[in-house]
Amino acid sequence: MSERAYLDAASAEPLHPAAREMLLSAVDSGWADPVRLHHEGRTARLLLDNARAVLADAVGVRPDELYLTTSGTTAIHAGLTALTAARKRIGTTIVHGAVEHSAVLHTAAEAGVEVGVDTLGRVDLDAFTAAVQKPGVAVAALQSANHEVGTRQPIEAAAEACGDVPLFVDAAASIGHDAVPAGWSALAASAHKWGGPAGVGVLAVRKGTRIAPAWPMDEREDGLSPGFPDVPNILAAAAALQARQSEADELNRQHRVWIDELRHRVAADIPDVEVVGDPDDRLPHILTFSCLYVDGEALVTALDAEGFSVSSGSACTSSTLRPSHVLAAMGVLTHGNVRVSLGRTTTYDDIDRFAAVLPGIVQRIRAEVGL
Amino acid sequence: MNNTDLDCLGLLCPLPVIKLAKLLPTIDIGDTITVLADDPAAATDIPAWCRLRSQELVTADAPRFVVRRLS
Repeated sequence: MSERAYLDAASAEPLHPAAREMLLSAVDSGWADPVRLHHEGRTARLLLDNARAVLADAVGVRPDELYLTTSGTTAIHAGLTALTAARKRIGTTIVHGAVEHSAVLHTAAEAGVEVGVDTLGRVDLDAFTAAVQKPGVAVAALQSANHEVGTRQPIEAAAEACGDVPLFVDAAASIGHDAVPAGWSALAASAHKWGGPAGVGVLAVRKGTRIAPAWPMDEREDGLSPGFPDVPNILAAAAALQARQSEADELNRQHRVWIDELRHRVAADIPDVEVVGDPDDRLPHILTFSCLYVDGEALVTALDAEGFSVSSGSACTSSTLRPSHVLAAMGVLTHGNVRVSLGRTTTYDDIDRFAAVLPGIVQRIRAEVGL
Repeated sequence: MNNTDLDCLGLLCPLPVIKLAKLLPTIDIGDTITVLADDPAAATDIPAWCRLRSQELVTADAPRFVVRRLS
């Protein structure tokens, strides 16, 4: 039995060693309520302020522009609803790309105007521009890059098209892995995507952007994230991002080369495979492809049995039995889908063994249905 | 020109696409297959299959898809 190769870093990564070390010490030092005036409270407050400063610096904002939430999803919910509520006199429409994270789609719901994408997953910039320039738009939402296929979105051009309409950028797939272009009014990210703990999200709102929290407020995080903050995990999140960014140049360059190789080998070694997403203008660590006539669940299960952990956007692998909305919006094959995403502990051997084993598994599953 | 019906109602992907791929070589070039498939994934996968296999998607109006054999 060979070693396992965990190739699903875009879903979750193990805690970065720097975060683990920070967490273990912070549970003993940062447990108190940071709004209290006593010694223990002031200690927790100091630690929280330090973590906020580190996270703000990494995201490229001032500490007073950065709010801490309880997940990436709550950062999206809080940010989008607060931006929308602050512009209710102008309108309620939320313009968004068709391949945004489900948290954006759930928030926009009936107020959403969806802008289509091309087969690479990139938003139609002309349609986006036309949509944001119509009257009644409260906010526009566009991800920095797609979490399922890796394609980067044209953030700078979108920001220019937005004019006075605030641009909300879900940067969860990019932070720690790829640079995020400027031009946004608000940005959300999630610590577990960069090797931090689950349960910590960040919401950056640039000064001058009006927000009106749209739920019961308390004194925490200017009302954007009610409830007692998890100071130890927030510190761990900051430690992880700081460490990840110091490794970023080397890791991201390595991941880009390995994904290029894997992309080439999958396309060359497996007949009837559709490799999806932009081959170049993309995140460094994600590769997605679909194998014709192959059941996605069977493929993920067979790969798992061989020691490879991957995710899939195929309908049979989701609880709702609906295919990934990202793949459907791109118009690419949704069955037999696999997403490979590399983490900081991925090795070349993992990639090499995966590329060697995959063609045989695909052939076996196809043979079972007589193809 | 002839048409052949392919009932895939209730079948989950990739089965409708597999059945379509197996049936296609049995019809003449220029003839059509009308696939009935109500799995939500079929709405994406049948058009994608036509594109990948260079066959013509005549109409796509879920759950009814008409495909013409071109090669």
